Amino acid sequence: MKIPNINKRKILSLLKEDKRMDGRKPFEYRDIHIETGLSINAEGTARVRIGKTEVIVGVKMDTQEPYPDHEDEGTMVTGMEFSSMSEERYENGPPQMDSIEVARVVDRGLRESRFIDWKKLCIKEGEKVWSIMIDIYCINDDGNAMDAASIGAVAALKMAKFPKYDEEKEEVLHGEISDKPLPLTEHVPFAMTFHKIGNKIIADPTRQEEDSAEARITLAVSSANKKEKMINAMQKGGITSITSEEMEKIIEQSEKIYDKVFPDLEKKIDKLKKEK
Amino acid sequence: MASSFTKRPDKRKFDELRPIKAEVGIIPNADGSALFAFGETVAIASVYGPKPLHPAHMQNPERGIIRCNYNMLPFSVTERAKPGPNRRSKEISMVAGNALASVVDLERFPGTVIDVEIMILQANASTRCAGINAAAMALAQAGIVMKELVSSVSIGKMDDKIVTDVIKEEEDWEEGEGATDIAITMTSKTKEITHLQLDGRIQTHRFKEAIEAAKEACEKIHQYQIRALKGEKIDETK
Repeated sequence: MKIPNINKRKILSLLKEDKRMDGRKPFEYRDIHIETGLSINAEGTARVRIGKTEVIVGVKMDTQEPYPDHEDEGTMVTGMEFSSMSEERYENGPPQMDSIEVARVVDRGLRESRFIDWKKLCIKEGEKVWSIMIDIYCINDDGNAMDAASIGAVAALKMAKFPKYDEEKEEVLHGEISDKPLPLTEHVPFAMTFHKIGNKIIADPTRQEEDSAEARITLAVSSANKKEKMINAMQKGGITSITSEEMEKIIEQSEKIYDKVFPDLEKKIDKLKKEK
Repeated sequence: MASSFTKRPDKRKFDELRPIKAEVGIIPNADGSALFAFGETVAIASVYGPKPLHPAHMQNPERGIIRCNYNMLPFSVTERAKPGPNRRSKEISMVAGNALASVVDLERFPGTVIDVEIMILQANASTRCAGINAAAMALAQAGIVMKELVSSVSIGKMDDKIVTDVIKEEEDWEEGEGATDIAITMTSKTKEITHLQLDGRIQTHRFKEAIEAAKEACEKIHQYQIRALKGEKIDETK
């Protein structure tokens, strides 16, 4: 959707002085709130708000035959939808490219970081493994649903408990949830999204800023030993190119944002998990 | 023969609603939005519009239309529901849209559409009723001209007992005369029926009792809706 150029002009003129419409600095995130307990019928849930952007995430589990090339590993499917609830522009129908892209990037962050110990999701090698299904819905879109979705997926996985399993009948007892958490590692991936507007770079864009931006970069970063940071997934969006200098600046800023935002966020999630 | 259904599984009185949650304005971007919960059944709804309807050939030059979408989230139920529309959700979307359209003054908005999105976050029966209640509140919050509000409730007959606001365990009742589930939506003042669906087996002479139970329950629900629309955040589940 085209927004009036007046907004973009205003955004650009403020950015010249490193200012933004909502008073933030270029690389400053909005407040992030996390809740759980959305559905007693889910294995895990999370509700994440970044500013006015809100996503809800649910984890459901079942069993399936493993893939032939990973006979002793569990599986995962990630789905995302910008609900028609979330903004005037979204319509009902099959997931569009923007939703698919968010799901794919979140999925890659979770997979490549090795956040999930796949081998511990094996029930019987070559025959039966656990499958994790993550469903993400944006219900209010004020920009940066990508990062909200990523945080929500991590939180919902951390909240999740295995459903009970009938060993004799070899089937899942749907609706009965155990108190056994999922086999997760210390490699917690967090996505950070940057946008290029004119020749300026910002993090955690609002919807207005997203609509004015020419290019986008998302990085999913994990840091198991809290010293070294690993990039587990990246995705560039938009047609406009990004210079290698800009890319260096983004990487540098992503390290700072990671340290500033995510250790606290992870503590919040772990606290919620204990309270649950 | 003594009735096999003597007590409700959750110990409610036969005519008692589950603890209610009701709140408006939960989706900042929407023109109107609301949450409504019957105990463990939680629905949210948003309203966008009236706005021009595209494609233009779908427009009605005499009146606006309500486009309703009911969406049961995959993690709202014990066994994951496949995302996207199915026959059940399409039918519910249609009847819910009709339940709402009958009280909206659509002649004021020719050529337009009002989009109503209903999401079920957590399900323990009566999801369409919770969804319609949330949607009616969302329409009112959006300032859309309505002749009256609507309120929706499920009335059940478990064996030979008429009960209000059915839960899953009751829906599955098999003993005696079995279970009958009636979803009813009524206008707030005149208590006219704008939506009715029934599954099960109920004697014709007992159907009137069900309607009376619905009237009473809808009046109670209406009071919650009004309180929430006045800005109160109602949560009886705590």
